[in-house]
Amino acid sequence: MNGFRELLVSVGEISALTVASVRELFKRPFESRLIVHQLEQGGYDSWSITVLAAGFTGMVLSLQFAIGLEPFGASMYTGKLVSLGIVRELGPVLTALLVGGRVGSGYTAEIGSMNVTEQVDAIRALGADPVRKLVMPRVVAMTIALPLLTIMADIVGCLSGAFITMLEVGVTFRFVFDQMTETLWVVDLLHGLSKSVFFGYLIGVIGCWNGLRTFGGTEGVGIATTRTVVYISIAILVSDFALTRIFLAIYG
Amino acid sequence: MAEPIIRFSGVTKSFGDNSVYEGLDLEIHRGETLTIIGGSGVGKSVCLKMLIGLMVPDAGTIHAFGQSVTELGDQGLISLRSRIAMLFQGAALFDSMSVEDNIKYPLIEHNWGTPGEMNKRVSEVLEMVDMPGIQKLKPAELSGGMRKRVGLARSIAIKPEVILYDEPTTGLDPVNVRRINGLILSLQERLGVTSIVVTHDMDTVFTITDRLALVYEKRIAFAGTPDEARNHDLMYLREFIQGGRGTLDIDF
Repeated sequence: MNGFRELLVSVGEISALTVASVRELFKRPFESRLIVHQLEQGGYDSWSITVLAAGFTGMVLSLQFAIGLEPFGASMYTGKLVSLGIVRELGPVLTALLVGGRVGSGYTAEIGSMNVTEQVDAIRALGADPVRKLVMPRVVAMTIALPLLTIMADIVGCLSGAFITMLEVGVTFRFVFDQMTETLWVVDLLHGLSKSVFFGYLIGVIGCWNGLRTFGGTEGVGIATTRTVVYISIAILVSDFALTRIFLAIYG
Repeated sequence: MAEPIIRFSGVTKSFGDNSVYEGLDLEIHRGETLTIIGGSGVGKSVCLKMLIGLMVPDAGTIHAFGQSVTELGDQGLISLRSRIAMLFQGAALFDSMSVEDNIKYPLIEHNWGTPGEMNKRVSEVLEMVDMPGIQKLKPAELSGGMRKRVGLARSIAIKPEVILYDEPTTGLDPVNVRRINGLILSLQERLGVTSIVVTHDMDTVFTITDRLALVYEKRIAFAGTPDEARNHDLMYLREFIQGGRGTLDIDF
């Protein structure tokens, strides 16, 4: 019962932080410099981890399908399944989990350290607003960056999947590639990207929220950072199911 | 004596089950240097943070310059914080920024003027704290005493009328303690600022203070001149003053 109450309080705090961030986003002057800086640090710098994860996911998926479908004589359909699996599900979710672990924990560690050394208080004492200076740029940057990273993951995942399919099933690369482009529709892409927009927001807001409520010195920063990775992962996995259900109803 | 510019009346504050103040009354007059003393963990800093709205009292009122701090909106708090600056215990410099950008932070937030005027102000305040020409250094490259002085430079950059010092000499060597005490004194003489200093270093108290206030049993048990304090009949106060005199500050 206590845990449930805590969950409700957390959801309330996160919602309040979201509202405050949105309000700061529309206040002049626009903090473009801070947002661009976060886009670079959280978004651009995450491309290598994204490519690596998507590449190997595409490869192992093709391997499993190519071998698994063989008894049914359906290996030819490997390309279709791989592309659908990557674009609708694994691309957005795996990218979110990895980037969430990398960037979300970084947000908590940075803001948490600032909090325990009174730098967050100092921002306020110097006449500025921590939500505007710290939270809003990070949440906005992640909400923009994650869909872009997901597009990259989709492309890399499909190409590496096509390559392994070619080797394992013994068809031409051209054949798999055509098969994938025929299978995928804009709605499949939209389905995955809509989810990743939401995942990006979750990563940003949970990372910052945990940072702002960090207390208890360097030990507290460690605890908060660990907690962020767990919260973000759970939030992504749970909301993925709910969002998939909703988007299946919308996009079909 | 000048009129009081800050008045705490009947302030109570608790954190969870831990009550810090139960009926705090205190007046601060224009141009004076008031030190707040008391044992560790009695919430001396809480008092400063409530004054500039970083913490909100549970009950009671705090008036500064004739306005009720708890009733100020966002804009009101920002303008209050341009008149009352705070030097945090660990200086709370922003690690990611150079000394110059740290000092410019409040100037930008309060629309000080052109970049040229801001650069001029940065060198002015750095000279005031005897550290000219260190604009390009990062906080990590500074010693504890230097960080405090840069923090002080940042606090006085926007020409506040009141400066709050949270344990300005804690953790510093005797040379730096004397240097910081000298700075507090010279700022008061040169700029005519009102200072509120939280400390438990009795050397500091006797060097700089006009009046001292003792936090004891969740309220201000005594407020008066050092001479009055020496002859006061509250045992704890006399012990505090004598016990602390001439000893190093090992209480952190």
